[in-house]
Amino acid sequence: MITVEHLTKRYGPVAAVDDVSFTVEPGHVTGFLGPNGAGKSTTMRMICGLTPATSGSARVLGKPFTALSNPGRRVGVLLDAAAQHSGRTGREVLTLAAMMTGVDRARIDSTLDVVGLTQREAARRVGQYSLGMRQRLGLASALLGDPEVLILDEPANGLDPAGIRWMRDLLHDFAGRGGTVLLSSHLLREMEQVADRLVVIGRGRIVAQGTKEELLRQAGAFVRSTDDAALAEALRRADVGVEALTTGGLAVEAEPLDVGRAAAAAGVVLAELRAADSRGLEELFLELTADDARESATVHTRQEVPA
Amino acid sequence: MTATTPAAQAPTRSAARAGAEVRPLTFATLTLVEWRKQLDTRAGRWLLAVIALITAGVLAVMVAVNGGNHSFSAFLVATSTPMAMLLPIVGVLAATSEWSQRTALVTFTLEPRRTRVGIAKVVGAIGSGLALLVLAVGLAALAHLVVVSFRDADPAWDVTAQNVAYLAISVVLFMAQGVGFGLLLRSTPAAIVTLLLMPTLFGIVGGLVPGLADALPWIDLGTAGEPLLFGAALDAQGWAQLASASAIWVVAPLVGGLWRVARSEISSS
Repeated sequence: MITVEHLTKRYGPVAAVDDVSFTVEPGHVTGFLGPNGAGKSTTMRMICGLTPATSGSARVLGKPFTALSNPGRRVGVLLDAAAQHSGRTGREVLTLAAMMTGVDRARIDSTLDVVGLTQREAARRVGQYSLGMRQRLGLASALLGDPEVLILDEPANGLDPAGIRWMRDLLHDFAGRGGTVLLSSHLLREMEQVADRLVVIGRGRIVAQGTKEELLRQAGAFVRSTDDAALAEALRRADVGVEALTTGGLAVEAEPLDVGRAAAAAGVVLAELRAADSRGLEELFLELTADDARESATVHTRQEVPA
Repeated sequence: MTATTPAAQAPTRSAARAGAEVRPLTFATLTLVEWRKQLDTRAGRWLLAVIALITAGVLAVMVAVNGGNHSFSAFLVATSTPMAMLLPIVGVLAATSEWSQRTALVTFTLEPRRTRVGIAKVVGAIGSGLALLVLAVGLAALAHLVVVSFRDADPAWDVTAQNVAYLAISVVLFMAQGVGFGLLLRSTPAAIVTLLLMPTLFGIVGGLVPGLADALPWIDLGTAGEPLLFGAALDAQGWAQLASASAIWVVAPLVGGLWRVARSEISSS
């Protein structure tokens, strides 16, 4: 369980994180989404007590992270897989973590197995590791203390497709046993598959949160008729947002029933009418964060999303 | 392969074991970890290997030249000098590597009480320093024994307990200073250059400004600490000067460094 309340971090006049509140429930994988620089990592560092918050609070398992005694046994944290001493071996990294958390060193071998690092790889220096191997080592480090909560920043970064799939299963499994998982990622396809709840952040503010189904369900309707132009005109007169799609048909910001009524009133013959498709996470992400994205000039914003 | 995770065998995770099984990290363990971190990296091992090599080289030369006729204390000076020069670097690295290698992120999530980590670093570094001092005394004694036995040198077991105690005090000061500068500056080159330049700079300034000569023992650790290296017993004023210079060059940077670590943001960049 992670509770974030009105968390704010200012660097001078810039609010990197601005009044962010959300909860991460046990038994679920909660995805933390946002463009680069949106404040994901800063928020996660504040949750872990590494970055002092300007205001607001974050609690993990009911306490501020820094008040947990032996936090490595309660919360597994991976904030930056590259942040390991390049001169240490993978095994030594885990040995130090085992000493600090007081877990039996026998767990090192079993945890290496879990993350798929061989004994030979563990004997090599971290400096020779690929990013994918560092991610596995970082995850091993997080899992070593048999925690109840996982906080992972971009853990899929650098993993190959098989590795990503493996991690997805691991996190599902962890959450399925009642664990709490908060992970950030910019790999939307992976996030769509692993997370069942989402928190979307843009320019330091939460722009959406909820279950994946809720967020991906799209309001509105798709309609095709014998005279799209006339129908569009009729809908616009009724103050309904309409967009003509290049592939034919109209995307309408209204329920199918209302579209049908408008069509009947205008005397337009309908060829197809249905609720809008559930959109992909990528589409949602781009819509929600369009204002903040560096590529905003090229992003086509179609509609405002109700908060 | 994920199903084999040992955590999987503990379905009732939180409630059952939260309080009972999780012991807090003791300071002794933390110190042991910090001490181990000084030795378990390539840089740390090289540093110790270099100290050992230089020491061995110096001893070999001393046994060879001048008929090997050197006293125990001369050998101890020879073994402890390279250590004294390089030891602060062990302390510096213990602190700066957390930032240069970005391990601070992991260290301070496993132990959020940062001041405790900093103090563990100091204690660990002092442990390394004192262990090396014991080694230096042992090697010097061995070398003297060798020249006495095989090269007919005059036996001169002239190292007193006070000499060793003073050396130990200087080791403690060096290590604490190294960690302090490391924590304060967070950059290995900056901390080492500052540590090495400082005494030289003070020597030059002291020589140029005649009025400063009287004040120098009070504010320069090099001058105040000179008696610790085979000098006469310190009198009350000597101790006061050592305390004053240590306050400026050891205590202040250490407190400043610990304060900075406790207050600042720990990030990976």
